[in-house]
Amino acid sequence: MSQDNIKVLIAKPGLDGHDRGAKVIARGLKEAGMEVVYTGLRQTPEQIVKAAVQEDVDVIGLSILSGAHGELFPVIMDKLTESGRNDVLVLAGGTIPDDDHQKLKDIGIREIFKPGTSIAKIVDFIRQEMDE
Amino acid sequence: MIMEISAEGVRSGDERIIARVISQVENQRQQVFPLLKELYRSTELAYLVGITGPPGSGKSTLVEKLVLSWTAEEEKVAVIAIDPSSEFSGGALLGDRIRMGKISTEKNVFIRSMATRGYLGGLNPAIFDTVVVLSAAGYQKVVIETVGVGQNEIDIVRLADTTLVVTVPEAGDEIQTFKAGLMEAGDIFVLNKADQPTASRMELILKQMLEMNDSENHSSDNSNWEVPIVKTVGTEGEGIEELRRAVMQHRDFLSRSRKERYNRSRVIRNHVVHLMEEFLRNHYIDPLLESSAFQEILAGISARKTDPYTAVEQLLKSFNKEQGKHEN
Repeated sequence: MSQDNIKVLIAKPGLDGHDRGAKVIARGLKEAGMEVVYTGLRQTPEQIVKAAVQEDVDVIGLSILSGAHGELFPVIMDKLTESGRNDVLVLAGGTIPDDDHQKLKDIGIREIFKPGTSIAKIVDFIRQEMDE
Repeated sequence: MIMEISAEGVRSGDERIIARVISQVENQRQQVFPLLKELYRSTELAYLVGITGPPGSGKSTLVEKLVLSWTAEEEKVAVIAIDPSSEFSGGALLGDRIRMGKISTEKNVFIRSMATRGYLGGLNPAIFDTVVVLSAAGYQKVVIETVGVGQNEIDIVRLADTTLVVTVPEAGDEIQTFKAGLMEAGDIFVLNKADQPTASRMELILKQMLEMNDSENHSSDNSNWEVPIVKTVGTEGEGIEELRRAVMQHRDFLSRSRKERYNRSRVIRNHVVHLMEEFLRNHYIDPLLESSAFQEILAGISARKTDPYTAVEQLLKSFNKEQGKHEN
């Protein structure tokens, strides 16, 4: 896969009305040359996984501020596996307590970016993962 | 992910396979041509509905509602939502799914966002190839949505059998600045957000413009088709039934007047030209740009030892020799 065509889905799962962070990330990744699909607020796990399949994305970025990551993320990961797309690189961001990071990594979320992470760091991480 | 990329796989309607083939159409075009050859010959192309208009005019919301009205009749519908690539980074922000939440998990709906990728020489041929793939996968209608601001968008909607041009009351006199080509490409005008107080004024402006267009173009494609203005409030679903009916009427008109065949042959002609341009660029022009010989020629032009016109003549002669080698 050439780096030029990295396609990313940025999604906001669940009942969470704040998407400024998601939009900043989406814009930043676009400016780094990626094609970014943004699906908007209040997405169900079904919507997110269906979009990932139809858009054939390489990366999913889940942004969450509601604290419901413990409930929603496992459902999303299960549905991805059911759809045969557990090869997608899944990243998370937002307000996720440190104590929960390992649990999320255990279900297949590759990295969790905390508030204040620079876009450059996320871009580098994605590029490195895509190279492997 | 291991899955079988084959014509059979596409025809089976497996969304993962369809999605992967579209990615190949976008990224690894040469590799996917054998599959496209097979698909094209055994596929009747879907009915293509183009929709364009200024940013914020409510295109995606209208698409959502129209698609729902078609799936209610058991049709399989695909949407290709096209957004521009950034000229600087090559990246793109594809946000049309935001307003398509209600159809995003429908069984008979496939939505794909695509970036224009600043294709040199006009329309990105991947768009037509994607239509071939979706048609083979059993989608009876394919909606192509673009932001209508430039020539590229006009080329895209010209692919369509029926083209909807969306505008809104607050567009006001700005509609005068619509590209002439866009006015002509519209088979149906949609005045969205028609519940706003200035809607009737906008309707009047639109009517006048269409009448002017009409008297200027007696011999145009639409000579016997009276372009309707359909008023809608997309968010409330108002006017969607009228819009659905207008699309159906235009389709009937096309098949009655045999213009459908005329449209299709024009689209196919354009696609063949695009594919030839793509081939020439990939096989002749791009490799040349990398070569040191080309740099020398450019230096020669700068120093006025030669000129651009002679240089091009010589370069094209060298292409002909290359061609001779291929044939032998």
